[in-house]
Amino acid sequence: MDIIPQILVSGMAAGGVYGLIALGFVLIYKATSVLNLATGEFMTLGAFVCLTVLTELSAPFGIALVVTIIFAACLGAVTERIALRPLIGEPIISVIMVTIGLASVIKGLTHMIWSPQFRTFPQVFPPKPLDLGFAIVSSGLLWGFIFATVCTVVFTVIFRYTRTGLAMRATAANQQAALSMGISVKRVFALSWSFAAITAALGGIIIGNINGISIHLGHIGLKVLSVIILGGLDSIIGAIVGGFIIGILENFAGVYLDSMFGGGVKEVAPFIILVFIIMIRPYGIFGKPLIERV
Amino acid sequence: MRCGDLKESYLEDEKIFQSLFVKICLATLLVVLVIIPFVAGPYTLYIMNLIGFAIIGAVGLNLLTGFTGQISLGHAAFIGVGGYTTAILVTKLGVPFWFAMPVAGLVSAGMGLIIGIPSLRVKGLYLCIATLAAQFILEFVFVHWESMTRGIRGINVPPPRIGDFVFDTEKSYYFITLFLVIVAVGFARNLVRTKWGRAFVAIRDRDLAAEIIGINLFRYKLAAFALSSFFAGIAGSLWVGFIKVVTPEHFPFSLSIQYLAMVIVGGLGSVLGSIFGAIFMILTPELLNILVSSAKQLFPGLDQFFIPLKDIIFGGLIVSFLVFEPHGLAEIWHRIKNFFLLWPFSY
Repeated sequence: MDIIPQILVSGMAAGGVYGLIALGFVLIYKATSVLNLATGEFMTLGAFVCLTVLTELSAPFGIALVVTIIFAACLGAVTERIALRPLIGEPIISVIMVTIGLASVIKGLTHMIWSPQFRTFPQVFPPKPLDLGFAIVSSGLLWGFIFATVCTVVFTVIFRYTRTGLAMRATAANQQAALSMGISVKRVFALSWSFAAITAALGGIIIGNINGISIHLGHIGLKVLSVIILGGLDSIIGAIVGGFIIGILENFAGVYLDSMFGGGVKEVAPFIILVFIIMIRPYGIFGKPLIERV
Repeated sequence: MRCGDLKESYLEDEKIFQSLFVKICLATLLVVLVIIPFVAGPYTLYIMNLIGFAIIGAVGLNLLTGFTGQISLGHAAFIGVGGYTTAILVTKLGVPFWFAMPVAGLVSAGMGLIIGIPSLRVKGLYLCIATLAAQFILEFVFVHWESMTRGIRGINVPPPRIGDFVFDTEKSYYFITLFLVIVAVGFARNLVRTKWGRAFVAIRDRDLAAEIIGINLFRYKLAAFALSSFFAGIAGSLWVGFIKVVTPEHFPFSLSIQYLAMVIVGGLGSVLGSIFGAIFMILTPELLNILVSSAKQLFPGLDQFFIPLKDIIFGGLIVSFLVFEPHGLAEIWHRIKNFFLLWPFSY
C-alpha cells in the first residue's frame, strides 16, 4: 500500500484535533488579546475529568462528556475572573506569565489528584479500523476527526449565528463600541474563556481516546501554537486550515526525517515550521497584518 | 540619615554608590559573602552557588525582558548552549575551563543573535512564541546531535583548575561564582545607565518612537539578545563546571519559565530585582523540599500528595505576584527602604 495517502489521512485526522484546540486559542485571542499558554493543561484536566466520570462512576460516554463540558466552562470562567481580569491593561508579558503560572498550578493539581502514571480511556469508539481503499485509518483517529469536526462546526455556528456570538465578535472588533452598545464585555470575556476551556477539554478527550493520557499531555497545547501562528492568531478559518496543514506536515516529517535524526522529529517539526512562518509571514495565512502608529 | 542628600546633576543622580552609608553597607555585605564559605556547611554553599548561577542568568534575562521589553521563553536553551559549548570544548578539544567559559558566552551570544532576528519584524506575543520554538528546537538538538552532545547520556566535565588546585568543592567553587556574580551585576548595573541602557528602555517603552528619535532598532534589539544570551552562556558554563556533567534534562522549558519568574517576581527592569528574584526562586523550592520532607514524616504515605505541591506553589507565586505586586520584590524593598528613610520621625 502506498505510504503517502496513509500519511495524508492520519495527518488530516491529527490536524482536525489541532484545529479544535487552536480554536480555543483564537476565541480567547480575538475577544481578549490574550494568548492562553495554559491551554495544554486545560486539555489534560478536561480529559482526566472525563476519564474519572467514565471509570469511577461508570457513566456512559455522553454523560461524561456533558459533565466535562460543564466543568470546563466553569474552569474557564473562574480562571478569567481570578487571574486574568485584574490584569486588563497590563503589559503582554504579565498576561502571558499569568497563563504560564496557571499552567503550573493546574499541572500540579492534576498531578496531585490523578497520579502521574499513564492511563488509557475505556473503549468508547468501535475498535475496527476503517479501510478507505487507499489508506487505513484507525478508528480512534477517524472518530476523533469526526468528533473534532463536529465540535468545530458547532463552535463556528455559535460564533457566527447566535446573539452571544455576535456580542463576542463585536467585542473583538471594538471593545469601546461594544460597551456603548450595551454589551457586557466582562461577560464576553468570561464566555470566551469558557468556550476556549471547553474546546481544550474536548481536544484533550479526543487525544486521550487515541493515545491515552498522562499529566504530560499539556505539551500538545504548545505544539498547537504553530497552528494558530500559521493560520493567523485572529482567524477561526485559519485555525482549522492551519490545523490540517500542521498535522499533515508533522506526519510527513515524522515518517521521512525520523530515521535521519534518530526519532522525535514529529515533536519538534511544528516548532521549526513556526519559526519559518514568523520570519516570512508573521500574521499567518488569514490573519490581519498589524499596522502600528505612534 | 539621608540629610543633605541633594543632587545637583544627573551624573550624581545616576551614581551607583549614592552615599557613604551605601558604600559601607555594600562593603559589609562583601565581607560577609567572603566569610560565609569558611563558616557554612556544604549544603548552604551548594545553594549559594546555585543562587549565584541564577543571578547571572536572571540579570541577563532582565536586560532583555525587563529593560528592552523583548520576552524570551528560551532562556534555558541559551544556558544549555553555554553549558554544552563548555563541555565540548573542555572534553573534546582539551581547552582549559577558563578559556572555554568566555567562548561559551560568545557562542551563546551568537545563538541569541540568530534567535533575535525575528524580533526585528515581530514583537510581543509573536516574539514570545518564536523564542518558545527556539527553546524546543535547541532542546531537540541537544538530544539528537549525538556526535557532539552524546544525547541523553550527557557529557562528563572535569572541574576547573588552576595549576594543581582543583575547584571541585562547593567552597572553592563558591569564590569563582562570587567573583563572576559581582562582575556580571556590576556590568549590568553600569550598562543600564549608559547610552545603551537608555536605548534599551526607549525601545521597551515604544519602539517606533525610539526609532524616530534616532535609535537604531536593529542594532540595539540584537545587542540586547546577544548580551542576555552571553550572560546565559556564562551561567550555563559555570553550572556545568559545578555539577561536572551536562545532559539535555538540565535545560527544560520549565527552567526558562523559572528564569522568567525570577525576573518578574524580582521586578522587571531592575538589576537589584533580578538578584532578589533569583534568591527567592532558588530558596522557595529548597524550603518547600524541607517542609515536604518534614510533612512526610508527619503524614506518611502522602508522598503522592506533596510532590506536585511544588508546582502549585510555584505557579501560585507567579500568578499572585503579577496580580498583587506587579513590580515585584524590588518594589517591596523600595517601600521598606523609604519607610526607614525618615523613621522614626516620619513627620
